[in-house]
Amino acid sequence: MDELLKILKNNALETPDNIAKMLNISTEEVRSRIADYEKRGIIKGYQAIVNEDVLKMDRVTALIEVKVSPEREGGFNHVATRIGKFPEVQSIYLVSGDFDLLLFVVGPDLKEVAFFVSEKLATIDGVHATATHFMLKTYKHHGVLMEAQDEYERLKITP
Amino acid sequence: MSTSASKSLHDVIARNLADVPPSGIRDFFEIVSTMEDVISLGIGEPDFDAPWHIREASIFGLEKGATSYTSNLGLLGLRRAIANYVKKTFSLQYDPQREVLVTVGVSEALDLAIRAICNPGDEIMYHEPCYVSYGPLIQFAHGRPVIVPTTIENEFRVTRDALEERVGPRTKALILNYPNNPTGAALTRNDAKDIADFVSDHDLILITDEIYAELTYHQDHLSPATFPGMRERTIFLHGFSKAWAMTGFRIGYACAPPALTDAMMKIHQYTMLCAPILSQEAAIAALDEPERDIADMKSEYEKRRNFLQNSFGEMGLPCFEPRGAFYAFPSVRETGLSSKAFALRLLEEEKVACVPGTAFGASGEGFVRCAYATALDDLKEAMHRMAAFLDRLRT
Repeated sequence: MDELLKILKNNALETPDNIAKMLNISTEEVRSRIADYEKRGIIKGYQAIVNEDVLKMDRVTALIEVKVSPEREGGFNHVATRIGKFPEVQSIYLVSGDFDLLLFVVGPDLKEVAFFVSEKLATIDGVHATATHFMLKTYKHHGVLMEAQDEYERLKITP
Repeated sequence: MSTSASKSLHDVIARNLADVPPSGIRDFFEIVSTMEDVISLGIGEPDFDAPWHIREASIFGLEKGATSYTSNLGLLGLRRAIANYVKKTFSLQYDPQREVLVTVGVSEALDLAIRAICNPGDEIMYHEPCYVSYGPLIQFAHGRPVIVPTTIENEFRVTRDALEERVGPRTKALILNYPNNPTGAALTRNDAKDIADFVSDHDLILITDEIYAELTYHQDHLSPATFPGMRERTIFLHGFSKAWAMTGFRIGYACAPPALTDAMMKIHQYTMLCAPILSQEAAIAALDEPERDIADMKSEYEKRRNFLQNSFGEMGLPCFEPRGAFYAFPSVRETGLSSKAFALRLLEEEKVACVPGTAFGASGEGFVRCAYATALDDLKEAMHRMAAFLDRLRT
């Protein structure tokens, strides 16, 4: 991956000025390359990584395995796109193994999510089985450990 | 009574030890360690933790009962892995049975190398500014340190002229350290060739400390040991501390022809016996996929290096482009302050710690060492504070 993207993936708030210094290019070039990535849809957006466990938000996340019958011509794409239209669905992946689609679904409580699965998801044509796992605690999200361990203290000056 | 007792104890200390001046880093460290909220650019080790699979290998070693001595030379599996790595990376071929010695860091390897060849009064040359132990280790071995200064004009690369000026009939060896701590200098192919020729022409031993070899930027590392005839007169030193961020494992190695390895082994077996087995287990894991372990850290260092270099440029602090290791060595001459005064005032006024260049020898005067093996956020803040400090100095 391009170094500029690596920097932004690590810290989307990094200033163009600092990025320019890190990559030995001009600030203008940083800006124009970011604009180009945005235009080409390589950068799809910028979000904060929020530790929701701390916020004690009234919502639950479920990981849902979905078995789907692929359609002629469309394969899994059709049904995946359809499922993706529901705002409750945060992410969808086509995966190998015992089931086909892996979903991350968010709702205000267990009941709402269960309701979404039984009423909306399971009733979609082509969906023939689901298994729902509610997430209880987030340890690591987007490469970030949610509970930072104390840094092991290093000596302040060493040769 | 107490006075006379302490006096007599001072007299007891071996003379060659008493002659070694105290470390220039030590007193600075004492000041820094009493202060809170200091951003330190004074740390000569990676801020990364060792890659997890390496730590895990060490844990697994404990679980399977790797708690014993190993062969004096080190685990054969590790020596084989080292020989493979050195061949692949440095194009140097060593027999893992007879020419590879696993040591407690390069620090021990360096001590062994010097003691293995140094008779009382022998001269051993090294270039300065340099790592703090070279001179003292030569003195401990009853040798005579011969300092070859390097300068910013040559981007701190040692020149053949400077070496020729100082070589003499009692010169036994040259210690070389590129990529260099503290300057970040690295050798070009021509430099390495000149040095190899110098060593051959004067029939010297080359002790080459290449601990930072993997960390070069826009320049390939070339060991002077690779030139024809050099391998037979070289003690090649390397280890895992820097590129793999394994400083605390204390694991390094020396590669040299059998006669030299045997001599080093003789000291090692009676002083150290062997390097710690868990660190050896970890080192084997480190050589599984070295490229993968090193690549991410190296690319991070390079960004920080650029950031520092450009920040120094912005604040008008002259700094030659560091080619290797993870140090920048900006010049503070224009401030009119000595290295030490600059570092002390920067510490007191802005709580940024860098190491005065003089800690690495007299030719480090006028410079400070800033390590960029420091988290980017800390580097940003440090540069910010340093710019403010310079602004104040200039008005």
